[in-house]
Amino acid sequence: MITTTEYAPAAAVPVTTAHTNGSHGASSVPARVVMRIEDVRKNYQMGETVVRALDGVSMSVRSGELLSIMGPSGSGKSTLMAIIGCLDSPTTGRYWLDGDYVENMNENQLAAMRGRKLGFVFQQFNLLSRTPALENVMLPLTYAGVRGKEKKDRAMHALELVGLADRSHHRPNELSGGQQQRVAIARALVNDPAILLADEPTGALDSRTGKEIMELFLNLHQTRGLTLCLVTHDPKVGALTPRVVRLVDGLIVEDGA
Amino acid sequence: MNLQDNIQVALRALAANKLRSALTMLGIIIGVASVVALIALGNGATAAITAQIEGIGTNLVTVFPGRFDKGGPQGRLQTVLFYDDYLAIANVSGVRSMTPIFQSLTTFNYEAETSAVQLEAALPSYEIVRNAELDRGRFFNASDNAGRSRVVVIGYKLSTDLFGAIDPMGRSLKIDGVMFEVIGVLKKKGGGGFGGGGDDGAIIPLETAYTRLFGGKAVSQGRRVVSSVSFAAATADEVEPLIVRLERIMRRQHGLSLTDKMDFTVFSQNAFLDAFTIITATLSAFLGAIAGISLLVGGIGIMNIMLVSVTERTKEIGLRKAVGARPRTILIQFLIETVVLCMVGGLVGVGLGWGVAAGVRALDLVKAEVTPGSVALAFSFAAFVGLFFGIYPASRAARLSPIEALRFE
Ligand SMILES: Nc1ncnc2c1ncn2[C@@H]1O[C@H](COP(=O)(O)OP(=O)(O)O)[C@@H](O)[C@H]1O
Ligand SMILES: [Mg+2]
Repeated sequence: MITTTEYAPAAAVPVTTAHTNGSHGASSVPARVVMRIEDVRKNYQMGETVVRALDGVSMSVRSGELLSIMGPSGSGKSTLMAIIGCLDSPTTGRYWLDGDYVENMNENQLAAMRGRKLGFVFQQFNLLSRTPALENVMLPLTYAGVRGKEKKDRAMHALELVGLADRSHHRPNELSGGQQQRVAIARALVNDPAILLADEPTGALDSRTGKEIMELFLNLHQTRGLTLCLVTHDPKVGALTPRVVRLVDGLIVEDGA
Repeated sequence: MNLQDNIQVALRALAANKLRSALTMLGIIIGVASVVALIALGNGATAAITAQIEGIGTNLVTVFPGRFDKGGPQGRLQTVLFYDDYLAIANVSGVRSMTPIFQSLTTFNYEAETSAVQLEAALPSYEIVRNAELDRGRFFNASDNAGRSRVVVIGYKLSTDLFGAIDPMGRSLKIDGVMFEVIGVLKKKGGGGFGGGGDDGAIIPLETAYTRLFGGKAVSQGRRVVSSVSFAAATADEVEPLIVRLERIMRRQHGLSLTDKMDFTVFSQNAFLDAFTIITATLSAFLGAIAGISLLVGGIGIMNIMLVSVTERTKEIGLRKAVGARPRTILIQFLIETVVLCMVGGLVGVGLGWGVAAGVRALDLVKAEVTPGSVALAFSFAAFVGLFFGIYPASRAARLSPIEALRFE
């Protein structure tokens, strides 16, 4: 879908961030920056007034990092996640993802980014109803051109990682909320994304199930070095991540461990 | 992602939503089936009527007494044709064959069976003039007529009405109490029959009729009467000149000046056909309108299902885009889905419409014929509706950003 020439080498990314390696490993060599935004703004025109959902946000994420984005409701967390996830485009600002400058991309290149470099977990799961779990997990592979046995094996493997191998033929309406979110996580994992984004992934679940989902995320981060960026308003969840980015009124007010 | 993957995605989407797929298809099936069946019926009826009129005879020109205009018989009222009139026009040029016809309602008896029959009495040339084809036996000939033989040729339906499974050939029946021998049975023509000679009519020799059957009934002012005189023009081009010649002779015969209104009518089969073309055109237009309404109703059905599923599908499109689908891939998926639905629904609809037409044909009501034109019309309309209401919302959704599509309510 995207030829190699469309990708700038990773070295071309201006790595100016002062962040050191996250929780993963104790190496003093800084890990590669997989995501970087500079002065991103997003305005919504609401009749006469302009809502500044993001008002100049800059941040970067290194490979293998685990961070949470926190902030009050309406502070712009979802807007930021949608922009990082290439699901929406900023009004202004610069964005590099895994060595590619995203802002200049056309629709097809963005589709390739979403399908190959990014995994997105939504609060409301967003699974295809009436479609078995395995096929839901295979969807990103289908659009990335993976076929046949490889597609099935990789989807099965992703379901194993979330502990749902025995539910591969169940449809979403035959699964509990926690299980549906696990299917959604498997779908986000299946393409080995450079970064996995989760916008309040436990928001629609009861606290016990939410805790299980958080444990799954932490486990995936520790065992597989998954780069993970979570949105949460639960301080207990925030306490579990080495880095917390706080947003208020579309601005980062705190970024650190 | 190649075409094969696309087809697979589309088919999976259809299979995952069987009820929606089935309901959409139902709209297509009903629309297509009703158009195919109704147009088949209309064509069948038109063909039947046309065939019947043409079956009366080729290049037929008939002289009737009186006027068939709006005002009824006009001028100096001579509302009968006499045998003398026939003799006066018998030698007109441009004619292949001709016969006077005396027509009357009679009662036929065979054993316990009785039938009211529109009986025609004519010369043997009737066979040529009216294209009378025989199923069995023979038509009466000149010597039957000269010898005043009591012989009768009966229509196909009359034969089965009176005789059932028995072969009527050589059997005797009574016409108004007079014994006649059946010497021939006409071929089945179908339908009601115009102006006698139909499936439930019968023909006897003219001389026999005058001398042995009708007596005073066929006489007026002491002269023999005929109901009409039929001519087969030599060629199709001769029809119009023949009408002119016949009118001229008849005017002279009846002592009418050029300004007098005619007290007779010269009617060609073409005029008959023209009159019926208007009727059949009306019939076709009427059935076409009903078919159009069915198609519209089917179309609205498709439209409803498509529109109702748009919300759900907009979210689906948002999700598909979020996991890497290109806009074009989404469009191709919807295109394939719609094409599959329209093709399968259209084929089932054509099959159903054809089945209805075949059923009507089997019941011997109308020779309903399915035309490629109606199939193409119904199919393309259903496809258009499906494409428009399926692809248009999909293409709009495909242009939205994934987050907008996912948020769509
Ligand atoms: N599509 C939209 N149209 C208009 N305003 C929006 C839209 N999406 C978000 N906003 C506004 O942008 C701000 C940030 O929203 P959001 O990113 O959803 O916040 P959070 O996820 O932190 O609760 C809010 O004030 C919200 O009302
Ligand atoms: Mg939010």
